Amino acid sequence: MSIATAFQTIGPYWHLIEDPAMADLTRFGAEGEVITLIGTLTENGGVPLPGSCVEIWQSSPPASEVFPGYGRANTDEQGNFRLVTLKPGPVPGRGNTQQAPHIAINILGRGIVTRLYTRAYFEGEPLNATDPLLAMLDDPARRATLIAKAAGPNTWRLDICTQGDNETVFIDI
Amino acid sequence: MNEINGFRPPVPGSQPSNDSPAYLTTRQRHPLRPLLAFPHTVTETTGPQFSPAHFPPMTDLSVVDGKAAQGERIIVRGRVTDEDDRPVAHTMIEVWQANAAGRYRHPQDTHDAPLDPHFRGDGRVFTDADGWYQYTSIKPGAYPWRNHNNAWRPNHIHYSLFGAGFATRLITQMYFPGDPLLAFDPIFHAVPDEAARNRLVSRFDLDVTQPERALGYRFDIVLRGRTATPMGI
Repeated sequence: MSIATAFQTIGPYWHLIEDPAMADLTRFGAEGEVITLIGTLTENGGVPLPGSCVEIWQSSPPASEVFPGYGRANTDEQGNFRLVTLKPGPVPGRGNTQQAPHIAINILGRGIVTRLYTRAYFEGEPLNATDPLLAMLDDPARRATLIAKAAGPNTWRLDICTQGDNETVFIDI
Repeated sequence: MNEINGFRPPVPGSQPSNDSPAYLTTRQRHPLRPLLAFPHTVTETTGPQFSPAHFPPMTDLSVVDGKAAQGERIIVRGRVTDEDDRPVAHTMIEVWQANAAGRYRHPQDTHDAPLDPHFRGDGRVFTDADGWYQYTSIKPGAYPWRNHNNAWRPNHIHYSLFGAGFATRLITQMYFPGDPLLAFDPIFHAVPDEAARNRLVSRFDLDVTQPERALGYRFDIVLRGRTATPMGI
């Protein structure tokens, strides 16, 4: 038995491995319901976090040669990020449960020691009412931090705040 | 019934806390509320798989346009396994680093040290069927970072790995043996357990060293292992 290697911050210079094309998960020709996920990343006091990495993973639709299921985007000077992907469908939960459509999100950046893990759900999805993770959040304001809202045609907005009054619900992964 | 075999939680002390106040910029950034405890599902137990066709390997950082970068050429070799000592095969490793003078080829890096036209600082390598990886580079220089008075980052190479699931994602840094700056580095010391910290330090390896060419360093990486028993509900 060994012990997993420790995290260290991704730091301010991860753009050396950034390929802006990776923000578009449809770039290899995937077809389906194309959506744009936008948002603003902030720290305490609503201060934007530029130069950070917002990376996503979704197990639906299934990854394939044309759909990597994974993408990442740099936040701009105002902390804004933008990713293009396919709208996920429901996926199985534990036991006999179903999970509402969602996208997994890691926040990485300077001043973030490990990764901050959260999820984006979609406003108006009927399965949100019975999703096992959302069901753990009694406070509507806390729950709302995980639910992307329609922000134009096929565009969804999820703002992410790492600390403070509007702090996003982060998940122990 | 969906039987989910999740990944093990971290061994206490082996991982840094996001609340690491000696690293000043963490103070406004780490979540103040407890993380939501939620057992792994397919979202966390699966993860991206990268194909060398889409992500071509770049295993020699020491040469750009056929010209050698300035600095001490090194070879880094190591093995990626999981906590059960099983090899993590064919997984993508991304690395990035400063040049020999301690300068990143990045617009945000304003350190007064020279850029090197023959060094970019980004690499990509895949493990083989037994989990082994290797790349050639230049030993990165130390650089100042203004965290505190006279703050210098120890020589390091950044690593990004994915492994089998989104839960096994790892971002880390490899350090070099005998670096006097390690003792003063808040990022290194964010890892509470000394042994876990020291596993981030590569070791000089004469077997990896190539005569008349490059010094060799060994750096092994361990990704999280799966829980022993599938836990359905």
